[in-house]
Amino acid sequence: MSTDLLDIHGLRQSFPRADGGELLVLDGIELHLAQGQIVGLLGRTGSGKSTLLRSIAGLMPPSAGSITYLGQPVVAPAPGIAMVFQGFALFPWLTVLENVQLGLEALGLPDAEIRKRALAAIDLIGLDGYESAYPRELSGGMRQRVGFARALVVHPNILLMDEPFSALDVLTAETLRTDFLELWSDGKLPIKGVILVTHNIEEAVLMCDRILLFSSNPGRIICEIAVDLKQPRNRLDPRFHDLVEKIYAAMTARMPTPPRIGTAAGTVATSIDTILPRVSANLLSGLLETLAAEPFNGHADLPIIADELHLEGDELFPVSDALQILHLVEVEGGDIRLTDPGRQFVEAGTDDRKKIFQRQLLNYVPLAAHIRRVLQERANHAAPKSRFFDELEDHMSADDAEQTLRSVIAWGRYGEAFAYDDDSQSFSLENPT
Amino acid sequence: MRLNVPISVGGWGRFFSRWDLLAVLLILGLLIFFSEASRHLLQPLSELQRQPVSLDPANLPEYAARTTLRMLVAMALSLLFTFTYATLAAKNKHAERLLVPLLDILQSVPILGFISITVVFFMALAPGRVLGAEYAAIFAIFTSQAWNMAFSFYQSLRTVPTELIEASRNFRLSPWMSFWRVDVPFAMPQLIWNMMMSMSGSWFFVVASEAISVGNTTITLPGVGSYIALAIEHRDLTAVGYAIATMLIVILIYDQLLFRPLVAWADRFRFEQEPGVMAPRSWVFDVLRRSRLVDRLTRPFAVLWRRSLLARWPERADAAKRQPREPRHPWITFQWAAIVTALAAVALWQVVSFVTQDIAFADLVTALLLGLATLSRIVVLIAFASLIWVPIGVWVGTRPRVANLVQPVAQFLAAFPANLLFPIAVSAIVALKLDPNIWLSPLMILGTQWYILFNVVAGAAAIPAELRSAAVNFRVRGWLWWRRIALPAVLPYYVTGAITASGGSWNASIVAEVASWGSEHLEAKGLGAYIAQQTEAGDFHRIVLGIAVMSFFVVVLNRTFWRPLYQYAERKFRLG
Repeated sequence: MSTDLLDIHGLRQSFPRADGGELLVLDGIELHLAQGQIVGLLGRTGSGKSTLLRSIAGLMPPSAGSITYLGQPVVAPAPGIAMVFQGFALFPWLTVLENVQLGLEALGLPDAEIRKRALAAIDLIGLDGYESAYPRELSGGMRQRVGFARALVVHPNILLMDEPFSALDVLTAETLRTDFLELWSDGKLPIKGVILVTHNIEEAVLMCDRILLFSSNPGRIICEIAVDLKQPRNRLDPRFHDLVEKIYAAMTARMPTPPRIGTAAGTVATSIDTILPRVSANLLSGLLETLAAEPFNGHADLPIIADELHLEGDELFPVSDALQILHLVEVEGGDIRLTDPGRQFVEAGTDDRKKIFQRQLLNYVPLAAHIRRVLQERANHAAPKSRFFDELEDHMSADDAEQTLRSVIAWGRYGEAFAYDDDSQSFSLENPT
Repeated sequence: MRLNVPISVGGWGRFFSRWDLLAVLLILGLLIFFSEASRHLLQPLSELQRQPVSLDPANLPEYAARTTLRMLVAMALSLLFTFTYATLAAKNKHAERLLVPLLDILQSVPILGFISITVVFFMALAPGRVLGAEYAAIFAIFTSQAWNMAFSFYQSLRTVPTELIEASRNFRLSPWMSFWRVDVPFAMPQLIWNMMMSMSGSWFFVVASEAISVGNTTITLPGVGSYIALAIEHRDLTAVGYAIATMLIVILIYDQLLFRPLVAWADRFRFEQEPGVMAPRSWVFDVLRRSRLVDRLTRPFAVLWRRSLLARWPERADAAKRQPREPRHPWITFQWAAIVTALAAVALWQVVSFVTQDIAFADLVTALLLGLATLSRIVVLIAFASLIWVPIGVWVGTRPRVANLVQPVAQFLAAFPANLLFPIAVSAIVALKLDPNIWLSPLMILGTQWYILFNVVAGAAAIPAELRSAAVNFRVRGWLWWRRIALPAVLPYYVTGAITASGGSWNASIVAEVASWGSEHLEAKGLGAYIAQQTEAGDFHRIVLGIAVMSFFVVVLNRTFWRPLYQYAERKFRLG
């Protein structure tokens, strides 16, 4: 155990909710980081992986359980744990050099030492010549290099990375990843272990020695996958492909809510308290059409169709979830398949598509059916949004309630199941004529 | 760049919370405390000699310098207040609940009504009497500057991006260091704009606060304001002209030497990293930055400053930040509740004893009716100014080259103390024998209408080129263009300007509804005139009543009209 940099045991994180209850974000987390390892945290939005990273950084004390770093409990930002941020978090009023020096200044080192180390870090990360530039003058890739230099310069034992490449374009991200892995493999980085949060499955397989998969709401670790391919890894390697496939299957095996009794395999039943993904009707029909067309003919491997649509896993899952909720597709073991209503939908014209969509919506999304029923029961066929918002907030956070309502409004509008007026924030049965 | 709104516009729902009521109570209590104290202090000062002020234009540079110095001292105090009060409000949840409504109500108290009370109070406090009057003037200027600065700083502190806060905690900056390295830089651009706003506004008050009569006591401080008061007494239009010219020059110098450089310097703190926006320039700033001498002179201070930032701080800093997630010790909450309750009780006692002492119900009715008279004037004037300036502002704003010329002029006009122009208008009213009830009114909006103009210009300039092209492409023009494109697009900006203009007009009514030219006295019926008369009579109870009623009008107007209108405009018409 003494070789472990970090031990997390029984960690639980929850936040107080508006109604006085608590919202569980992370539950029963066990994690051990050994020297020389890169551990990936992979999961969908809402799986609490960023919360876990912030807990390790000492930004959020645990609600229960323990985080131990080199034998000491972490309850405040610890020296030796540095972080790289998704949005770079550079101070726009400081130059590259000043940004990098900031962490050293906080350590109270002498000026000469600060300068020497900062210049060394800038040199290592390939920022030579940019010392006096302000962040706004740099491209995204260069900005994130500053983010890396700023974290490395304090010589941390553990480097935390919060989706560090997700705000970059594909090519820049790949270059930065490769550069980082090269420095890491050559032992040139002054760090002993890395924890990487990502939603990109291929990125996880490319970089990590171990990958922890997270479920959502609350975030739990559903399984651990060891990656024992040698660095540098090749995306075209069949073993690489198998791992990606395996992770896709694992991530689609569990749905946002556990399947209810009496549901067919591969579909999912929802109740009124299900958080609905925010997906536009356009994306839904887009995926259905691609799935129905050649070469898939109604049946596809998730990673392959994601590639075809230029979607990353995290962007694909909400779409497939939504379609699954509506019973337009079935998802199982990393495969996606059109259902009969799904095929009818693709083959129908605009008006008939709306009719099919309305039927699926009212049959399988209890919230939509509930809204429609309330509107029908009321004499004026109208109801304020707050009525449903309050109802949802008993079961989920305010943000999730807002997102769920926005989704059901978008779908309800597409299926012409009900109308919504944003000015008066109210639902009604009538569409403007 | 759009100025932020000078009132609290956050939060839906109820117009008043119990914290607002508490804030009202505390401020009213404080006001009464001051006035009671002043009432007893007034007598021994009655024999005070006037400072000899002469109409010789050769004295004007000195007067202008003294006026400016008062402004600078007040600005330094306002900054100090901003950094402490707003920081406390932003970082401490308990303090926030009281401090924010308190600030919002304070902004509605008419400063000009307030001066008379504080003058007597401060003069009694200070050993040398002139110094006391100086304190009072500086205090009055401070109250005209500090609130909106503190408000802007508070709002900035609340919106520092989470990632920056997390980064500064991750790299374990001490609270002192993260305040100066993160919080202050982030807030700086907004704060500097608000400082400029405050400066503009306070020229008005500095001029008004230099020559004050309370009861039999006349206090005159050497300055541009007292110079003009003397000129009015002597019906000397030439001297008025000299004063106006001096003020124009002073404001110009101020702008070039202080604010241009500050704005140019603060540009580096802009958080939005959009390219292609012209950075503001200032020749003074360029000179200062390039000068070796300046560099050598300031270096020791810079080094000291850095040392203070680098100083190690005890570790408990982080423990304090963690607190909010865990329930506080009940006794801290208890202490806090006890302090607030005690303060409220004292304030309540002050108010009750005040009301039962000397104020008859009839007085209140009079004040309220006069308030309605002033209100109707302001409503008409704002409507009138809007009819004129909105079309002009849109016309100017959609022509970038014209806007570049007009915008600085409008901001300059807003900074110019309009009360310097009053004598000219008043002499005209006297000469032409016009009805003061109507013709004094425009003076109230003389200085504040520019806020409508330059906000609308900014709003029209911010309409995206694409939208304008689309309008041209679909041949949208004439009234349709105004109704569907121009007016909705500038509405949020217009509302911001109109809120400022309306607030300023209430204040100005105190000096605008009563005017004199030599021995001629003009008066319009209104709450402003009421406060001015009671000041002259030295009736502190009715001064407080007048101020309270005016604050009441301002607060109610803000909460029931401007705030909902602002939120509506923001939600519906905010572009991008």
